[in-house]
Amino acid sequence: MTLTREPIEGPVAAAVAAVGRTARLTAAALAGLPAALFRRDCRATFLRQLYLIGIGSLAVATVVALFTGMILGLQLGIAFRQFSQELMVAFTLSYAMLREMGPFMTGIILAACVGSSMAAQLGTMTVNEEVAALEMMSVDPIRFLVVPRLWAMTLMAPILSFYTCVIAFLGGALVGYTQLNIPFLQFIGQVMEAAEPKDLYVGLLKAAVFGVLISGISCAVGFATTQGAAGVGASTRRAVILSFLAILVGGYFITRFFYVF
Amino acid sequence: MSSEPAIVFEGVVKRFGPRRVLDGLALSVAKGELFVIIGPSGTGKSVTLKLASGQLFPTAGTVRLLGEDLGALGSRALAKLRRRVGYLFQSGALLGWKTLAENVALPLAERDRLPPAQVEGRVRAALAEVGLADAGDLYPAEVSGGMVKRAAFARAIIEDPEVLFFDEPTSGLDPVMARTVDNLIAQVGRARGATCVVVTHDLAGALRYADRIGFLKDGRFLQVAAPDAILHTPVPEVRAFLEAQRVEHRP
Repeated sequence: MTLTREPIEGPVAAAVAAVGRTARLTAAALAGLPAALFRRDCRATFLRQLYLIGIGSLAVATVVALFTGMILGLQLGIAFRQFSQELMVAFTLSYAMLREMGPFMTGIILAACVGSSMAAQLGTMTVNEEVAALEMMSVDPIRFLVVPRLWAMTLMAPILSFYTCVIAFLGGALVGYTQLNIPFLQFIGQVMEAAEPKDLYVGLLKAAVFGVLISGISCAVGFATTQGAAGVGASTRRAVILSFLAILVGGYFITRFFYVF
Repeated sequence: MSSEPAIVFEGVVKRFGPRRVLDGLALSVAKGELFVIIGPSGTGKSVTLKLASGQLFPTAGTVRLLGEDLGALGSRALAKLRRRVGYLFQSGALLGWKTLAENVALPLAERDRLPPAQVEGRVRAALAEVGLADAGDLYPAEVSGGMVKRAAFARAIIEDPEVLFFDEPTSGLDPVMARTVDNLIAQVGRARGATCVVVTHDLAGALRYADRIGFLKDGRFLQVAAPDAILHTPVPEVRAFLEAQRVEHRP
């Protein structure tokens, strides 16, 4: 697949072409897994991306998850206390985090921290003609640049999502212990009891799909960058917005598929 | 120089939206020829180079490279054809996170997947050829613009391509470094027999090594001729360009 492209006239045609380009790029990158594993340079980039995505997002994920757990714990606690059902906080938090909030928050964090950086880096490379140089050398930019990023994001997103859920449970348990008089271990026990394997699997799958969507969109937007530094800024913004929208829409359909049908 | 054409443009029109950049451009560059495109800024010189290398495609007309109609090629066939082509971008277009040596090694290591020992030897030789034998371990951000250009030059020639495109190879360089790059172009063209197409504003340099020079204006060649004929041109626009640079022919 060549990235060399001609400008397409008309906003509707350009939007359709952009969706098509993103889908093709994502599909090509998903099919390129062997390159990420077996090609030396690709593998090195893949490992570097795993580190950047995982370790690089850990601090933000920890703070966001901890306070989300605490806020949810507090709000739910206030509501359930009216019915003397404080322990329901743990049940509700378990459902909310595993099914929706964990993958959703992870997706938002990754889109903001990593997707934006992918779009900016590939956008800068595009306007500096580095991507064109790769194409002129017959080095496939998708295999060389997108495959390691997309697979690293796809593998790391579920891990980060699970971590986010655990930290949120700890945040909820902390609030439960200090504000609602629920013993810490009892809170965690209730969370474990409420957790259904299906919720965990669907949540992790959702995070992985978000990883594919964020990296596919961010890389495609980066490659479509024009007009120098201003274009890089615009691409970064566009990548984050489109990723947020994709997370919301994708999240709805995955939930509907697994819990309605 | 062979009489067989390496690059052929037939009635090429290129539009970007309402703007018509090339207007029925015709050109034939023979195999082994050193062809230089000069002309004012914004007349489509770089667009011509990108069309010739398959980075852009014409709105109308045909571009042939090494006998292949670029507009009719699929992605794979185009990638295969590009293996026979080298391209020096105006900025050098080196990857910032790789050293000069790793950048030069890219086509061999990434595309051809040669063993590291073989890659290392060829990279060392290519860097030595452009006077960067001791700079291989440095990153692009740590070296001068001239060194970046020379490393990009080494990357472009490392596979002995049949056709080489140079986009403003001497822009931003001091006169001494510009002459060094000119000499490298001449050397590649003469010694290796590669077809070279150079886009430049540096007419003095072009006169030293070009077989023919084409003056591009308003999307068409106003004159395509040997350096001597360009120096004694009757075409007013070319004359003005020469006078602006105060060029005298010193072979």
